[in-house]
Amino acid sequence: MQSLDMAATDLREVNATLQAQAAQTNQTEWVIENPRGSHAVAVGLDAPIHVTVKGSTGYYCAGMNAQATVHVQGSVGPGVAENMMSGEVIIDGDASQYAGATGHGGLLNIKGNASSRCGISMKGIDIVVHGNIGHMSAFMAQKGNLVVLGDAGDALGDSLYEARLFVRGSVKSLGADCIEKEMRPEHLEILADLLTRAGADATPEEFRRYGSARKLYNFNIDHIDEY
Amino acid sequence: MCGIVGLFLKNDEMRPQLGAMLTDMLITMTDRGPDSAGIAIYGTGGDGVKITVQSDDPATDFDGLDAALTDALGSIGLRIADTHAILTLPADKRDAAINLLKARGLRIMGVGEAMEIYKETGLPRDVAARFNLRDMGGSHGIGHTRMATESAVTTLGAHPFSTADDQCLVHNGSLSNHNQMRRRLARKGVVTQTENDTEVGAAYISSRIAEGATLGEALEGTLEDLDGFFTFVTGTRNGFGVVRDPIACKPAVMAETGDYVAFASEYRAFADLPGIDTAKVWEPEPATVYFWER
Amino acid sequence: MDKTPQTEPRQSWTFSREVNAEIRRAAATGIYDIRGGGAKRRVPHFDDLLFLGASMSRYPLEGYREKCDTSVTLGTRFAKKPIELKIPITIAGMSFGALSGQAKEALGRGATMAGTSTTTGDGGMTEEERGHSEKLVYQYLPSRYGMNLHDLRRADAIEIVVGQGAKPGGGGMLLGQKITERVAGMRDLPQGIDQRSACRHPDWTGPDDLEIKILELREITGWQVPIYIKVGGARPYYDTALAVKAGADVVVLDGMQGGTAATQDVFIEHVGQPTLACIRPAVQALQDLGMHREVQLVVSGGIRSGADVAKALALGADAVAIGTAALVALGDNDPKWEAEYQALGTTHGAYDDWHEGRDPAGITTQHPELGARLDPVAAGRRLRNYLNVMTLECQTLARACGKSHVLNLEPEDLCALTMEAAAMAKVPLAGTDWYPGKPGF
Repeated sequence: MQSLDMAATDLREVNATLQAQAAQTNQTEWVIENPRGSHAVAVGLDAPIHVTVKGSTGYYCAGMNAQATVHVQGSVGPGVAENMMSGEVIIDGDASQYAGATGHGGLLNIKGNASSRCGISMKGIDIVVHGNIGHMSAFMAQKGNLVVLGDAGDALGDSLYEARLFVRGSVKSLGADCIEKEMRPEHLEILADLLTRAGADATPEEFRRYGSARKLYNFNIDHIDEY
Repeated sequence: MCGIVGLFLKNDEMRPQLGAMLTDMLITMTDRGPDSAGIAIYGTGGDGVKITVQSDDPATDFDGLDAALTDALGSIGLRIADTHAILTLPADKRDAAINLLKARGLRIMGVGEAMEIYKETGLPRDVAARFNLRDMGGSHGIGHTRMATESAVTTLGAHPFSTADDQCLVHNGSLSNHNQMRRRLARKGVVTQTENDTEVGAAYISSRIAEGATLGEALEGTLEDLDGFFTFVTGTRNGFGVVRDPIACKPAVMAETGDYVAFASEYRAFADLPGIDTAKVWEPEPATVYFWER
Repeated sequence: MDKTPQTEPRQSWTFSREVNAEIRRAAATGIYDIRGGGAKRRVPHFDDLLFLGASMSRYPLEGYREKCDTSVTLGTRFAKKPIELKIPITIAGMSFGALSGQAKEALGRGATMAGTSTTTGDGGMTEEERGHSEKLVYQYLPSRYGMNLHDLRRADAIEIVVGQGAKPGGGGMLLGQKITERVAGMRDLPQGIDQRSACRHPDWTGPDDLEIKILELREITGWQVPIYIKVGGARPYYDTALAVKAGADVVVLDGMQGGTAATQDVFIEHVGQPTLACIRPAVQALQDLGMHREVQLVVSGGIRSGADVAKALALGADAVAIGTAALVALGDNDPKWEAEYQALGTTHGAYDDWHEGRDPAGITTQHPELGARLDPVAAGRRLRNYLNVMTLECQTLARACGKSHVLNLEPEDLCALTMEAAAMAKVPLAGTDWYPGKPGF
């Protein structure tokens, strides 16, 4: 177990140390102490290491993460795990806006609530939120799965592409071109796997699925009210 | 484009620490606004009216000010803090004092029973030190660090903006119809002093309250009448209110414990607050008005 | 019997044939006109400026003998590895998707031979361009199509795109015809659908947030490579000042003549300021912050010749970027395809339906047969030649003004032919020492 104390070590050194682990992965367990809301903590990691962050972080924690597991024992600011490629990011507390924005892969597991625009433009990432999500979540979401155990805010899935949205609680409103869809066996299977991997206490049958109506995929003057 | 902080104490025993707590929060927001900083702090009140004035040449302008005011208005209280001076005087002398101060070329930063306003250009740390903000006590306060967008980096362009007694406003974002609103307010006789969009927001709220709206109604009105991206925090004699535009892209986070309610642009600003680890922390919803009053 | 004299049939200036044709097109289709390229209307431009040259009071340098340096370094403020260019002309961001793979390869080949950089676009980084570009600037766009850690670390610089001259305030657009399997795969989208990419970034809004985004990108790339910020010519003074405050190494400023692969014609023609009008306010912002030549300014939008380059530098730019001109050098709108342009209802020089993917020159297309028409080696050589000519022209003008480095050109080396250009460039109207708005008059 290696420890990096941000009360004594500057951000550059913390990130440089973790980023350098790609070549020498024998040290796989890392702890970051005293993050105190700092931005860009544990970004750009590209090795199968496990980083525990003891406290809350600011913007873009675990940004562009690949391979690594980053576990934040606190809450995170905007853009956690933005553009994540692979690996896993676990948040014990809440996440601010843009959680998992444009993420390509891996699992973002938020134990608390996520704020607005959770999963915006997601491109293949899987996101599981144990609490609620805010407005405009999954805006222009392209690929991947967003699972919400609680409620969703306004305009869920606005201008959605092919991402799958699963919500257990209520949805305040659906965005343009987002509709409820039939839950088929393959969806229950995906959901069951994600719930297990995220350690979520829920069964797939409790969820509803939302997806793109695909009416805005090509311009059609009859849909002008949606623009 | 900026950083905002706000702190409203529920626990009166913490009042002496208000300035210290707000100052730390303000300094943490330096990266979001290195151009200027300001704070509005609400004390106990009850001693009459307080007028905060500012001068770019305090050595000259404040020299003999005490005597001149006493001659004209009778006994007054005067405290000088760097470029600012805070006058305390009976409520019935308010208008006469303001006219006299303006005639001497001083800038009125704010007027109220409880509110004092301190703002200057420069780094938040330096601004706080100049006014000794750390030593100030009070019931609540709001602060701001500014990264100027389209209007000038000047003392008057710094936040908070006060456009009515005991009312002030700080803002993060950019209004897109403020010129139109400024003209609308001017037709009603509400005069703004700067080109700053935030002052228009402040003047809008004051004007609605002057017309009889409650603080809550005035804040609701911003959602209808102001366009663009904004997070407003507004201070009043009794408390403070928060509102975000319906798109709500500009960051905002709040924390509440049994002792206080805190607001900031980023969680970092809360890191040193007592009991933050067990506080309720959340983000204000878009197009939703929040306020806390005692 | 004499005929009664009649008035000539007279076309309305307001309702010209062109205007009426657009009304009929809109009425028939119900959709705004979408096209590629930049503003086609005439706006005050570098042509309205002239160099004074040397005479009795200034001494020129000998061509070919006395050295006139053209090298430029971009990103000296924070980056450990700034971009060193042999010439002050770079290739602007253009996407794979909008352009064929062959065209991207040709841009890389030409730019590399000339000693300059090329730039990715809204579609990620391709092997064609990374492999053939010695210096490659990786665009960081609102869509983040194809954005990934691996490519970010292969980039020589990162350009955060806030806006573009053809459409300040608008997002990207790539219509279904061009979304082939490869393009769709790179963008994680279904084939054949229209793509309207976002106009704002998904995870930050405003310069205070952008400062934190830049911190993140620098932390990911170890503070090695420069971070550029690209803005459209909207409010150049404030945009430049805020880019500097947010922490940029380089500001890229794209005027309204700057091209796009596809957007609404109304956007291209009616939003933004001419390139000429953008430079002085941007330079003023840099000077006011003490950052002129510390944070470099790259100007683009309608740069066509070495004269344009020299004038942009004289007004205070550190380098220029070319897009449309580079495509023309590769072979875009070449008269040799006239029969095919006619078949598409247009003519060479006017072809701008780049979004349809039917480009006879094989440049703005994803069609394999059309794309194969462009030989990347030959096209790359043409671009190299063109870049060299522009550089020689720029040097010629700089030497005539007595400069041993092109960056020593100054506004005082220029005069203006029109009041408009004088006002926008803040250089005196020819024959006077006055320009509109000059203080002290």
